[in-house]
Amino acid sequence: MILRLSLASLMARALTVGMTILAIALSVALFLGVEKVRTGAKASFADTISGTDLIVGARSGSVQLLLYSVFRIGNATNNVTWKSYQDIAARQDVEWIVPISLGDSHKQFRVMGTTAAFFEHYKYRQGRSLAVSDGVILSDLFDTVIGADVAKTLGYSVGDPIVVAHGLASFTEHKDQPFRVSGILEKTGTPVDRTVIVSLRAIEAIHVDWQSGAQRPGQATPADQIRQMELKPKAITAALVGVSSPLRTFSLQRAINEYSEEPLLAILPGVALQELWGIVGIAETALFAVSAMVVVTALIGMMATIFSSLNERRREMAIYRAMGARPTTILGLLVIEAMLMATIGAVLGMILLYLGLVVSQPLLDAAFGLWLPIELPSLREVWVLLCVILASAIVSIIPALRAYQLSLADGMMVKT
Amino acid sequence: MPTQDPILNINDVRFRWPGRATFSLSVPQFTIAPRETVLLLGESGSGKSTLLSLICGTMLADEGEVSVAGRNLSQLSGGQRDRFRAEQIGVIFQQFNLLPFGTVVDNILLPLRFAPTRRNSIPNPRAEAARLCKALGLPSSLLSARASNLSVGQQQRVAVARALIGAPPLIIADEPTSSLDAGSQANFLDLMFDQVAANGASLMMVSHDPRLADRFDRVIDMKDIAQAEREIA
Repeated sequence: MILRLSLASLMARALTVGMTILAIALSVALFLGVEKVRTGAKASFADTISGTDLIVGARSGSVQLLLYSVFRIGNATNNVTWKSYQDIAARQDVEWIVPISLGDSHKQFRVMGTTAAFFEHYKYRQGRSLAVSDGVILSDLFDTVIGADVAKTLGYSVGDPIVVAHGLASFTEHKDQPFRVSGILEKTGTPVDRTVIVSLRAIEAIHVDWQSGAQRPGQATPADQIRQMELKPKAITAALVGVSSPLRTFSLQRAINEYSEEPLLAILPGVALQELWGIVGIAETALFAVSAMVVVTALIGMMATIFSSLNERRREMAIYRAMGARPTTILGLLVIEAMLMATIGAVLGMILLYLGLVVSQPLLDAAFGLWLPIELPSLREVWVLLCVILASAIVSIIPALRAYQLSLADGMMVKT
Repeated sequence: MPTQDPILNINDVRFRWPGRATFSLSVPQFTIAPRETVLLLGESGSGKSTLLSLICGTMLADEGEVSVAGRNLSQLSGGQRDRFRAEQIGVIFQQFNLLPFGTVVDNILLPLRFAPTRRNSIPNPRAEAARLCKALGLPSSLLSARASNLSVGQQQRVAVARALIGAPPLIIADEPTSSLDAGSQANFLDLMFDQVAANGASLMMVSHDPRLADRFDRVIDMKDIAQAEREIA
């Protein structure tokens, strides 16, 4: 009954109470949203590569190598020569190796040259393999396999022609050597979705008539003639390596890092990811702190609302007192009210979060390749909500104590 | 006059507002017998409100004894006094008696929430609330109406029903008719007296209006039982 009266009392002050609840709801939604993006980004990054023991590239920074080789963020400063690649591939410790050649693009998507081994060894989200949703994996030299987002954004289907542009964001196109979409990959939630995959030989093929980054004037070499050519790559951008035994990982890494022919860098993807977290950790903490402060601000706003309502509610408290309510009941009443407001606000915030997720999920995915799963609230999120409700109780004790004093002094008589 | 123990007994009471030296009240002797109806007349500032607070136990006398239904209030703790008030006393204010956001039934049942004994004496509180409303001339359609939608006269009758539910032995009414016009006053008092008598309760009503005197067993002027002092600071 007291709870029902509290609710009725809140309803009677619908406007101010509504604003307070809205503030709490928005702050909770923001807080949970930031958490969601934070954990989603982390999970999405961590899910991008699995099963690869080492990534090899030209010597730069480990985070940089990870970013350009796996996430297609930024560019390689240098290449790995084909000879070095073959040297590494020939080592005993190497169970498999997949070359990657980046540098060309198709519309806004990057083109990656690789071998059939890529489809065999590239794993994402705890060991899942790539699979085609339509068509087949590369069969002809001028075949491409495109990621799910590429197909969706550009409206491609199997058999469509593709013209690869030279370089990134370039207007020079390899028009003379058009490709054909042979397969479309299933959605993976990784940068593969936004990649046009061709064979490593094809990368060489389209550059047959090119020299020093520009097209050689004159007749283009016919495609059939190119198919007969050897097309040995001179260099690749990076390579993914699987080690025969986990124990060999570090010795192989050292061997590559100390490779005397060319300055190379081998990184463990997990370690590089940790390094990346270390870099973004400060920003992450700041984001967390700011959103937490927003929640605190909303709760302080609620405290102010309760404070300002106390005077007009002295009559109400006097009635409770006359009916035999103790001053502690008055105190409890206000704390319950605050907790009710916070509970409604928290639940509303949760609903806002889910609405926001439903709306923003495809947008975030399209813009940043960040897939935020819509799932039941995690235990952590439930804890956050409980903490907000608990914090509201603590915060409300200050005005509630004032009400306690007032009701003790007023008794059942309010001097107006 | 009844010969049982008095429902209210005040003996040599002295009270001084804490922290303020300007007002004090002393009541040498005042009693109300069971089933007695008493009108207490007094000008504003005569200490009526203070006296009511002492009887209800929201304030404690510095000296002397205030006993309600045989219990000396000063021997009870604050929480016990609140519980005791809930069980023994029905209170009707001058106006603004009800929680405006609650329904009529909510308001009537509210004291039972703090008075388990009173609550247990009624098998079906809602039916009892409905019965009281009917007896006080309130249409049953009002039971689930919000208190703020009632007229002042209706609100005062709901307040009477609330004071009477569970039959506490002492009803205290603080100028309950002052916000009513003359016609509704008489009607209101008739209904209140009937129900107080039906419950077998004592009634102590405070007013500044001597014209109401006829209805009461006893009329007492505040000046005759109490001395209020206002010192000029």
